[in-house]
Amino acid sequence: MQVLDLAGKYEKDTNRPIYKDKVIACIFFEPSTRTRLSFETAANRLGARVIGFSSLNATSISKGESLKDTIKMVSNYADMIVMRHPLDGAARYASEIAGCPIVNAGDGANQHPTQTLLDMYSIWKTQGTLENLSITMVGDLKYGRTVHSLLQAMSHFNPRFRFVSCDELAIPREYKNFLDSRGIPYSEHKLLEGQILNTDILYMTRIQQERFQDPMEFEKVRNLMSLDASMLTGARPNLRILHPLPRVNEIATDVDDRPEAYYFEQARNGVYTRMGIITYLMNQ
Amino acid sequence: MENKKKLKVSAIRNGTVIDRIPAGELFHVIEILGLARGNFQMTFGTNLESKVLGTKSIIKISDKFFEEDDVNRIALVAPDAILNIIREYQVVEKRPVVIPPEICGLVRCLNPRCITNHEPVKTRFTTGITPEGLVLRCHYCEKETGQKHLQIINNN
Repeated sequence: MQVLDLAGKYEKDTNRPIYKDKVIACIFFEPSTRTRLSFETAANRLGARVIGFSSLNATSISKGESLKDTIKMVSNYADMIVMRHPLDGAARYASEIAGCPIVNAGDGANQHPTQTLLDMYSIWKTQGTLENLSITMVGDLKYGRTVHSLLQAMSHFNPRFRFVSCDELAIPREYKNFLDSRGIPYSEHKLLEGQILNTDILYMTRIQQERFQDPMEFEKVRNLMSLDASMLTGARPNLRILHPLPRVNEIATDVDDRPEAYYFEQARNGVYTRMGIITYLMNQ
Repeated sequence: MENKKKLKVSAIRNGTVIDRIPAGELFHVIEILGLARGNFQMTFGTNLESKVLGTKSIIKISDKFFEEDDVNRIALVAPDAILNIIREYQVVEKRPVVIPPEICGLVRCLNPRCITNHEPVKTRFTTGITPEGLVLRCHYCEKETGQKHLQIINNN
């Protein structure tokens, strides 16, 4: 909650160069646009200098350097490391060997906690609370790390979940066990239509074609989980639609002008939230 | 008949007898406890009749007594195992194994994309019981490995 409070302050006063004496390393072992740029923007708005890489070609990693050695080396140079890595658990491992704070900007299919914090900030801002909300998650619930992270984070605030997905991309058993162990109610559905009316937050995700062997199957499934403006008739006035972006076809463009559409503002909230995360960790 | 049964594995004077090991898990237990690398006097029997397990293995190690944390690691492969502590040919204590809350460096993570399968990282799991049985939750990738998929890391 401290991070969300800080994000709220930075939204009101965005240029706060309080870390002119700090160096932040943004090391991205796999491509990223939004996350990397919003972290670099956040660091710059806080006055910190940014070093790092966004491609492995020009680094010693292409010579076979281990993650351990790379982290040991970079943590000698920087006051904080923001890292994205294709392997699950890489960030936690890095945090155990680095001499400075590590921010996980995505580790494989595992977690994307800064996206979660910006999602939570967006929920908090639009609903005025995180408590007792009805959250409907749609699309790739199996591989979507933003879904898994948000589910775990919101579990502290007495939510009710609906999961809309096909069998191939259904929410994994371990997350259902997690919800069961905490007594959090949830239901599973194959069709988005009919699941919007009693929802406060509609969390849409991209369905990747490469998850399906049969392209026909992909088309069928995608249509069942796509949102258009006509489906929002009768929705709660406080309903907001979130999407971690990029979207492809899962949200029709006629939704963009509706008051419920919040995904572009959500992306902007990423900078404020990441400024909050940097500040919180620098103060530890 | 009774004497014949007893003679299948000879008695020890002092030490530990690990009983009720599933027959197929004998060598995993030897590996987990590092018995192959010690110079203990050890006898074992396998595919012995068992009322509880059907068939079982048994290991007798002379002059060896285990720390509780060490021996509980075998609970992953032999959850019904019983330790008999022997002094002067008498069983002075019977101790069941208990699944420890954390398992380190013993089991491989099932997730091929886990960092522990790509960098020289010691694996670390917390244990839990679900309706499907024992599960190990990876400290790094947070994925769960079920009991039937356990792969013991060979340290030899």
